[in-house]
Amino acid sequence: MDKRNLKGWLYLLPAFLFLVVFMIYPLIDVFIYSFEEGFNFASQSFFGVGTYNYSYILHDPYFLQAVKNTFILVIITVPLSTGIALLISLGLSSIKALRKLFQTVYFLPYVTNTLAVGLVFMILFKPTEYTDGLVNLIISWFGGSTVDFISGPYWAKMFVLCFYTIWVVMPFKILILTSALASVNQDYYNAAKVDGASTFKTFTKITLPMISPSLFYLIITGFIGAFKAYSDAVALFGTNLNTAEMNTIVGYVYDMLYGSSGGYPSFASAAAIILFAIVLTITCINLMVSKKHVHY
Amino acid sequence: MKVVLQNLTKKFPGRGKKSEDVVAVDNFNFEIPDGKLVGLLGPSGCGKSTTLNLLCGLLKPTSGKVFFGEDDVTDLPAENRGVGMVFQNYALYPHLTVRQNIIFPLQNLKGKDKMSKEEMGKKALEVAKLVQIDELMDRKPKELSGGQQQRVAIARALVKRPRVLLLDEPLSNLDARLRLQTREEIRRIQRETGITTVFVTHDQEEAMSISDMIVVMRAGVVQQIGKPQNVYDDPVNLFVAKFLGTPPINVFYGRIKDGGLYIGDGKIADAAGVPDQDVYAAVRPEGFILDDNGPLCCGLSRVEIMGRDISVVSTHDSAENPVIRSIISSESNVNTQSPEVRFSVKPNKLFVFSGQTEDRIRIN
Repeated sequence: MDKRNLKGWLYLLPAFLFLVVFMIYPLIDVFIYSFEEGFNFASQSFFGVGTYNYSYILHDPYFLQAVKNTFILVIITVPLSTGIALLISLGLSSIKALRKLFQTVYFLPYVTNTLAVGLVFMILFKPTEYTDGLVNLIISWFGGSTVDFISGPYWAKMFVLCFYTIWVVMPFKILILTSALASVNQDYYNAAKVDGASTFKTFTKITLPMISPSLFYLIITGFIGAFKAYSDAVALFGTNLNTAEMNTIVGYVYDMLYGSSGGYPSFASAAAIILFAIVLTITCINLMVSKKHVHY
Repeated sequence: MKVVLQNLTKKFPGRGKKSEDVVAVDNFNFEIPDGKLVGLLGPSGCGKSTTLNLLCGLLKPTSGKVFFGEDDVTDLPAENRGVGMVFQNYALYPHLTVRQNIIFPLQNLKGKDKMSKEEMGKKALEVAKLVQIDELMDRKPKELSGGQQQRVAIARALVKRPRVLLLDEPLSNLDARLRLQTREEIRRIQRETGITTVFVTHDQEEAMSISDMIVVMRAGVVQQIGKPQNVYDDPVNLFVAKFLGTPPINVFYGRIKDGGLYIGDGKIADAAGVPDQDVYAAVRPEGFILDDNGPLCCGLSRVEIMGRDISVVSTHDSAENPVIRSIISSESNVNTQSPEVRFSVKPNKLFVFSGQTEDRIRIN
């Protein structure tokens, strides 16, 4: 190893140490806990080693509910939020007047306080003594029957959760996509025009491939973010998510550690490792798909 | 297919509220004969690229009309005009291979022109052979050199058999040697296909060397249209005379007095019948003859030997530029020790322009 190489490693050392202490060591630790049955933090003791933790949580209806919720959330929100963000960005980049204003308006949720957002959703969906929420008001105007979105049927609660998630992640996606669209050289569009391409064809053959790296980045981070969803559900349905049937995998992990029925680090670790495996698999699939469709 | 521009005018709104419109192209009239190669020539910002964009339909004229043959295409959008265009930076789609790039215009054909995949492949290969890139069909644009990219761009513009081929500064991104080679190539391809071609350049040498006709523009106004040699030999105003030719023409402040053209004290030529006035007298570098008794007396700076010719660099008080460059045969003998050199001037290489309007004054 020559001197320059050594210097390079030296520069990397702080970040590397940080990663080892706060990422790699805990990861390995969690992996070990997940195989230690009945691990106790206080006494640092356990009964035995085996796959019981996994078998327990895989038979736990709360965990299965959390997995189901998380997957529904991912499958609905990632494509929808990316798609709508793309549509809005296309709209933004094709208008001239008021463009700045709209850009600001669409970005507002990103800088808005979570509590304020929660308040808005309460007004929209939460029934109180005086009202059933704004959405229910509108539904009843059109002659529909009101729905309890916060403690009513499963689909209503899931709808609110998905709606909230999409709404929260949208500004960032719009920001990324509008700048990606703006960075496509106008000459390509002119060339496509002279070559006789229709608007739709220009979009699929020129625009989409040109912004595919940004789009791909958003999809991957979107998947990961949605799999790790937790705080949104808490903001909407409170901390007792299991009873509300609205728990997510991360929520389950948290409950197992610190929840009212908590104190089971082994189960929590097993759930965390399963989540890790799921995210890793999905990301790998994403990367494989992107090799074919993303053009750098 | 002949192309007719009729009173073509393009104005852009000025910046700011009270500023006036910018006239990029002003009342352009021109009929490009079928199958000719025409060079639009002028300094930056003279409206030549705007003219090209008006021809291809990316811009709409403020007034005036464009005809392809007998068809009025003024209101036809770019995608329906059937033109091929080569952009200055080529605008090759970076995510597509050379083959896909060339096929792209064919995939957009509709109705009876629609082609099968095999037909497209065949056409693409045909045109690729014409521009000699058939070996590179499966590469991506960034894996090609500048010259190769240029050829791909030409192939893409040609593949659908455009009615008119437009080239926007096609050579500006190439190095000097490639530029020479490519311009011959463009000429050859244009001859072989017989497609009416318009190309834009600010390089007068480029335009002169390959064009059938050149159009010299300045600030949106056409100055002169004609065969390159004719424009060179017979410029209508000082701007055109200065713009064409390397080394550039030598301009002197002169005057017409008593039926003679004077530069300084020397009477350079007869100008019988022309009223007395201040003029510009412009002499092409090859228009000087070494003559010990010549009327033009210049201070000798140096002599540059360039093989076939020698270039005499001299100075004159009435010259517009600090140096005068004259090109004479290498057989002539210049006394490099002498502080001055005397010339007489070939009448057909001397042009006189009005001191006020800069328009040509014919003295013979």
